Amino acid sequence: MMKMISAPFARTRLGLALGASLLAAACLAGTVSANAAEGEPAPAAEAVPTYPIRHPHMEPWSFAGIFGKYDTAQLQRGYQVYKEVCASCHSMNFLHFRNLADEGGPHFTEAQAKAVAAGYQVQDGPNDAGDMFERPGRLSDRFPAPFPNPEAAAAANNGKAPPDLSLMAKARAVHRGFPWFVLDVFTQYQEGGPDYIHNLLTGYKEPPPGVTVGPGLHYNVGFNAGPAIAMPPPLSDGQVTYTDGAPQTVDQYARDVSAFLMWAAEPHLDARKRTGFQVIIFVLVFAGLLYATKRKIWSKIAH
Amino acid sequence: MSGHSSYEPTNPALKWLEARLPIGGLIHSSFIVFPNPRNLNYFWTFGGILAFMLVAQIATGVVLAMHYTPHTTLAFASVEGIMRDVNGGWMLRYLHSNGASMFFIAVYIHIFRGLYYGSYKSPREVLWILGMIIFLLMMATGFMGYVLPWGQMSFWGATVITNLFSAIPIVGEAIVTWLWGGFSVDNPTLNRFFALHYLLPFIIAGVVVLHIWALHVPGSNNPTGVSVKDEQDTLPFHPYFTVKDALGLVLFLAFYSWFVFFLPNYLGHPDNYIEANPLVTPAHIVPEWYFLPFYAILRSIPDKLFGVIAMFGAIAVLFLVPWLDTSKVRSANYRPLYRQFFWIWAVVSVGLGYIGAMPPEGAYVIIGRILTAYYFVHFLVILPLLGLFEKPRPLPASITESVLGKGGAPVTAGAPSAPQTK
Repeated sequence: MMKMISAPFARTRLGLALGASLLAAACLAGTVSANAAEGEPAPAAEAVPTYPIRHPHMEPWSFAGIFGKYDTAQLQRGYQVYKEVCASCHSMNFLHFRNLADEGGPHFTEAQAKAVAAGYQVQDGPNDAGDMFERPGRLSDRFPAPFPNPEAAAAANNGKAPPDLSLMAKARAVHRGFPWFVLDVFTQYQEGGPDYIHNLLTGYKEPPPGVTVGPGLHYNVGFNAGPAIAMPPPLSDGQVTYTDGAPQTVDQYARDVSAFLMWAAEPHLDARKRTGFQVIIFVLVFAGLLYATKRKIWSKIAH
Repeated sequence: MSGHSSYEPTNPALKWLEARLPIGGLIHSSFIVFPNPRNLNYFWTFGGILAFMLVAQIATGVVLAMHYTPHTTLAFASVEGIMRDVNGGWMLRYLHSNGASMFFIAVYIHIFRGLYYGSYKSPREVLWILGMIIFLLMMATGFMGYVLPWGQMSFWGATVITNLFSAIPIVGEAIVTWLWGGFSVDNPTLNRFFALHYLLPFIIAGVVVLHIWALHVPGSNNPTGVSVKDEQDTLPFHPYFTVKDALGLVLFLAFYSWFVFFLPNYLGHPDNYIEANPLVTPAHIVPEWYFLPFYAILRSIPDKLFGVIAMFGAIAVLFLVPWLDTSKVRSANYRPLYRQFFWIWAVVSVGLGYIGAMPPEGAYVIIGRILTAYYFVHFLVILPLLGLFEKPRPLPASITESVLGKGGAPVTAGAPSAPQTK
């Protein structure tokens, strides 16, 4: 319908092109002068360090893409790593033991989930006598936190409470500059959180010569707020014994626990993607039918 | 220019009602026989899309409100409860949070369409101003809605934006305290934002009724900008535009679904999955994407008060567009210079959005200032001058002529009122 662009406006067009390029040139000049003003003539890369030092790699997650879904075995291994390693310092307040039996999740049997819950002592009460008491955990209980309150957690951890892990995989991301953030709309890249966590857990290194790390900190090339992190290296090769023959390496542990944390943050991802595929198919078929109807109704009308 | 309604109910119950409240005739004349220019393109389907989005946001929002708790200690957890334990809660919440973004995408296309085709010009100035009032109400609603999940960006966004009012001389601090209901963003703030976030959409719905009423007086503008001259230029709303609007809407729903089901957190900020903490400030406080151009203008001015004035001025200037544009020709299709300046302005506006998302340092500050200056120059200098100096292309004598060309076969008589039998 916008077909009325025939007459030549060569001269005004030239003027406008000139104006537009002046605007662009002014912006460019702004860039250059700003760089000059910072007084770093030569290697600008050194001036402002960006974190994480090692940019996260896009890992091949089973739950990426339109047909993505969680790998049950991986979530079960990830839960094992979480339980044996992470849970000694980090809480997971939004998860309940019943979630361990969820379809589209670790999908343990109900008996297994009950057994896990019963392995914990949970405070309940007050009872009829007005006393608080301890009882074995039930499916309806939340994952118990390792510390009674954030202050206790901070006191036991060098003054900084370890963050809750329920939403960690959605609360962290990978920096995506232009044009990647545009392409992400088409490629559906939504796995920045687990990529970041995997990069962090595998990011502990010896600090390079000349870099000093403060007391209580650990050099980590995957951390987004500086060169060193307060969390000591949590994983080491062979630390968790897998029963399904998966490699017992830091990389595999990091991968499995990142997938588990993604599920913890987004427990209905499988259902979401499955429903979404059905919705898109329905909407496109509906649009096709409407298009045919529209064509027929308008067929004798010039417009 | 309401359609001459030939509505005569035959059903006795409808007859009885019509004699007492002629609502059937009103619907019939407004949405069945209402004459629309025959040459409307798909940019004109966004009005209907916006009406749908308003209803969708209210419907999902009302159900979300049944599960949400507006208290600083419970808000974040109640949203997680919706995401995890409410049946279909994740879908409701993602529909609502992405729906806000879709609402703004649609409204920006709607506004850009109005600016391109000169839909704000006489006799549609009031229609345009009502639209701008809706836009402002949408911004207030979107901002307060973003505070409700009580994440880090909710809290700090609310702190930054409400603090803008402290720039007002003398009474600024008192106004901010009054807005907060205390001495910082806290539970009273969250409570009133929830109340207002629930209220404002219904006010928007009221202004939408006025907007449609004001539209139905002169009727829709069209891609030529030439006014409707006779019945040949128009087609009845149903079935021609109901089916076209429906197709536009369903294609828009495909786009919306893509985000809801496959990129639900793409348009949000990861920090909002960290519960609000007044003691920890995020590294960069960024508003929702749809405020970024205005945020860039705010930060481009080194002075706080003038920054706030410039930000609100960027919206205020849109209210004045009907009088700033001096050209008699509506559609940019017949305005060779305006057409190009329009696109430069569109690119500048998107550029401001990009600057708004970047940290305010180095080159971003300087580019932001240049783009801010250009934004205002476009409305305050270029638009008034263009009308005086630009030589528009010859306009078609009528909409029908633009469709068929001069001397084209006449439009099938009778077609407009009687769609072909199937």
